[in-house]
Order: sequence, then structure tokens, then C-alpha cells
Amino acid sequence: MRLRNTWVGLLGIALATTLACGGGSQETSSTAAKPESPSAAPAGQKVDTATAGDVKGVAMLDGAAPKNEPIKMNADPVCVKENTTPQFQETYEVGSDGKSLANVFVYVKDGLGNYVFDTPTKPATIDQKSCRYHPHVFGIMVNQPLEIVNSDPTLHNIHALPKGNAEFNNGQPIQGMKMTHTFDKPEVMVPFKCDVHGWMNAYVGVMTNPYFAVTDKDGKFDLPNLPPGTYTIEAWHEKAGAQTASVTIGAKETKEITFTFKAAGATATNN
Amino acid sequence: MLHRFSKFLVACTVILILAGSLVTSHDAGLSVPDWPTSYGWNMFTFPPSMWVANILYEHGHRLIASTVGFLTVIMAVWLWIAEPRRWLRWFGVAALGSVIAQGVLGGLTVLFFLPAAISTAHAGLAEIFFCMTVAIAIFTSPGWIAGYDGNEDRREGRAVRTPMESPLRWLATTATVLIYSQILIGATMRHTGAGLAIPDFPLMFGHLIPDHWSGAIAIHFAHRVGALFVTTCLLALFAHIRSRYNERPELMRPATLIVALVAVQVTLGALTVLSRRDPLINSFHVVCGALVLTTSLVITLRSWRERFAFGPIRQAQTTSERAPSSVGAVRLASDSRGGA
Repeated sequence: MRLRNTWVGLLGIALATTLACGGGSQETSSTAAKPESPSAAPAGQKVDTATAGDVKGVAMLDGAAPKNEPIKMNADPVCVKENTTPQFQETYEVGSDGKSLANVFVYVKDGLGNYVFDTPTKPATIDQKSCRYHPHVFGIMVNQPLEIVNSDPTLHNIHALPKGNAEFNNGQPIQGMKMTHTFDKPEVMVPFKCDVHGWMNAYVGVMTNPYFAVTDKDGKFDLPNLPPGTYTIEAWHEKAGAQTASVTIGAKETKEITFTFKAAGATATNN
Repeated sequence: MLHRFSKFLVACTVILILAGSLVTSHDAGLSVPDWPTSYGWNMFTFPPSMWVANILYEHGHRLIASTVGFLTVIMAVWLWIAEPRRWLRWFGVAALGSVIAQGVLGGLTVLFFLPAAISTAHAGLAEIFFCMTVAIAIFTSPGWIAGYDGNEDRREGRAVRTPMESPLRWLATTATVLIYSQILIGATMRHTGAGLAIPDFPLMFGHLIPDHWSGAIAIHFAHRVGALFVTTCLLALFAHIRSRYNERPELMRPATLIVALVAVQVTLGALTVLSRRDPLINSFHVVCGALVLTTSLVITLRSWRERFAFGPIRQAQTTSERAPSSVGAVRLASDSRGGA
């Protein structure tokens, strides 16, 4: 009986080893010719950084950026004291050229197939400082810890309004208070608000993969270490809407895409 | 004294309704995320230095509500001890029960992140409780106890007042029910975010009737149509009272008031839309609606008063010399028979 079990166990290990190794060799032989669809990768496949490529690009605004709404913080004297310059909403943050659009959440929406990714243990952080959320737009992975900090000498409540994940609303009355939360479902995007200070808002994209970025003040984004394949890249803006682009990258190839948004209500283009 | 206290409770409840409407108008309903504590503090020891921004509205509302609850306890106990009419003693208990239920609903709506159903129920029960406080004030008033029986007119040789008849009762009751229904539609509109579903006034998307529909537009449209029905009904009520009961101040005064209130209410409703829901205008629209409801309730209760009259009051109506003692007779009767 024991000998029979040993043979069954060895057979199982051999089978698993064959399955694990067999797909990789196929991938290696095909990348020289053309990008293999990631959906053909075996389940549980991890990205081979030796062959990974890069998608980078820029988000632009077509036309003049609408003026951002001014914020009056009179309702809380602490907020007035913490902000010595006039404050505005961050709806349309454009660069010095007046065109490059910041705070656009760019991510791989489709095309990763069966690849699996480790959940980061290092927490992402959102800070309530000077009665504003920092950062305004960011990304996190499913089950990755999100550390929520109150750096202000006043009360805040952190209120998330997801559609797929569980809603929460927690008070942080004391400066320095921290709490940790995890989202257990992917969702683009989860809004945050503070019900005490109605002008505060932020957005987080909850992802199953690490291929996401937020455009900087020059409108630039970078999605490195993408395995060869064909992807749907989506760019989301809180007011100008979302748009997608299809991009195919080969082994160690870099492609650039541009998303061009129009202010809310107009159609957008990408190339 | 009891009657004066009941009027004080009514006034405090008006302030409470204003405080509650300011919470919703400022989107402050979740600015204090926990209940019954406030950011972990006992509600009554939460430091005033922390009542900042929207917390002032939400926490202020909770404190005013607690005060009204406490005053209602006093009212219920006072009625139980001093009120000879058994039904009114139990009515006081019912009012206390409703304000406690109202507090629980308020807590639940915070803990469950303001679901529309609970928030609307909280608004609806607030109006019912307000009606109960006004009713207690009416029931403890000298006029109600005397039965509005016109004996004073007989003593002074004036024409006896027209008895209140069935058409008045049904018109007043219908108006009150219509107003409450309109308030419920308004509360539903408010708590489902449909307040600006039709963004223009008096037209709707530039037409008399919306040219496209959604759930939110339907609710908003129903509220505007409801306003037309309510206004028509109240104008009919006023016309009826003026033509038939002109000599009865207990009807003419609230009837005149209600016409003025409904004119203000329609104006506030229009301004709420045109101002894109200015919080103060929006809040006063809620309070004015509550005042329209309770003024109609006053007319309704008074129109039904004679139907509540038991033996001693009817006897007093036929024997004007016994009028001064009729009140005492009422009290004696109510001890044994639960009179009006």
C-alpha cells in the first residue's frame, strides 16, 4: 500500500513538472517570430522579465483646460490655517504647456490572460494633509494593504464609495491616526470623500495586476515589465471619461501611445 | 401650564426639523460616522472644538434631537400624571414611542450609510412626530376643551356658529393626507438624489412635460404634480371655509395661514431648483412643508372636534347658562368615559 502511494506521488510530481516546464519552452520558441498571446500561457504563469516590454505614453487635453472650482475652507479654521494659498479642485491638472493632463489613471484592462502576480505586502498610503487627499488618484492591488493617515490637526472621516467592494466610513479625529484597509475585489475607480470637509475627494483603482500608473504633471505614464502580447490599455479621467487603446508589444519592445481627452461632454481620441 | 409646555415642544420640534434638513442639504449625514457615539466620544461630551464644518450640522442635529426627546419624556410623564383624558395620556406615550423610534432610525441610517429607504422613513416619521406634538397642543388647548361650541356667542347675543359638517371634515382630511403624501414623495426625491433630475423651472427640459424619462425624473415630476394637487386642494379648502365658516376664527385663521404658507412653499420649491439646491433655501422648503402639513392638521382636528363631543359637551350646547361649568363637566366625563 505504501509502495503504491509512493509511485502515485512520484507520478503526480512528474506530471506537474512536465506541465510547468512544457509551456515555457513553447513561449521561448514563439517570441522570436511574433508575440504570443498571453492567454495561451499556462495558469499560474509568472512574467518573465527577460522578455518583458514596456508601454509608455502621455495623456493630453484637447483645447483649453476648464477652470478648476475654487475651494472655500472657512467651515474649518484649521484648514484655513493649513493652506496659505488659494485652493482649487484638482479636476483638470495640466502641465506648463497647458495640454499635458495629470491624474489620469492608466492600466492594462485586458490581455494578461493567466498570468499571476504577487500581492505587494508594502502598503499604499493615502494621507489627509492640509485638508486635501494625497495622492488625489492612485492605484493599489487587490488585498494589498492601504494605509490611511490623518496628518491634520483636525477631524476627518474617510468614506469610500465602491460599487463592488464593501463601503466603509471611519472617523479619524486625532492627528497621526492611522488605519489599514484592503479591497478584496478589483474595481476601477473607487471614490473617496470626507463628509466633514465636502471638498475633499480622491480616487483609487483596485487592480489584479501591477500594470497601472497615474500620469504625472507632464501627462506621462509608464507600464514597464509587460510580457509580450496584445493588450487593451484604458486611461480614466475623473471628469473627461475613459478611453481605451489596443497595443501589441514584442519581446523587450517599447511602444508609445497617446490619449487625447476633451473636457467633459466632448468625445476623446487616442493614437 | 401643560398647554404652554406643549407649545414649547412644538417650537423645539420645528427647530429640530430645520436642523435635520440642514444635515441632508449640506450632505453632512455621514460626517459623524459612528452612533450613538460621536468619533468615539459620548454624544454629550464630544468637545465643541471638534464641531467643525459639516460635523456642526450632524452633531448639532443629534443634540437637538436628544433635547426634543427629553422634552417629550417630560410631556408624556406630565400627561400621564395630570391629564384626565385616558386616550390623551396614551397618545403622549405614543408620541414618546415615535420619537424614540425616530432616534433609532436616525442611528441606523448612519450605520448603514444612508440607504434611501431608511433615510426616507426617518424623514416621514419626523413629520408624524411633529404632527403628534401639534395634536397634543391642540388637545390641551382651552378652545378644544371648550369644544369651540359657540356658547360665548349665545351669551353675547351673536349668531350661533355654523356647525362643522361632513364636507369640511372630508376636505380637510383629504388635504392633510395629500400633503403628507407630497412630503413623502419629496423625501424620496431628496434621498435618492433626484432633487435636480429636472434642472429647470417652471418648464421641464424646456417643455410642460419632460420629453425623456428615468426613475429620478419620474420622482421629481411626481413631486411637482403633487404640488399642483396640494395647492388646488388647499385653495378649495380655504374657499369652503371662507364661504361657510367665516365666523369661526378657529378655522379661518389656520385657513388663511395655510394659503400664505403654500404660496411661500411653492416659491421656495422653485428657488430650490433655480438655485441648484442652495442648502438654506432647500432646508426652509422642508420646514415650510412641515408647517403646511400641521396647519392642515389643525383644521382637520378642529373640523372633527364635534364628532369627539360626548354627553356633557352636547348638554352644554343646549343650555348656555351652564357654559362655564361645561368645561368642568367635560373633565368629569373624561375621567370615566375618556371624553374629548
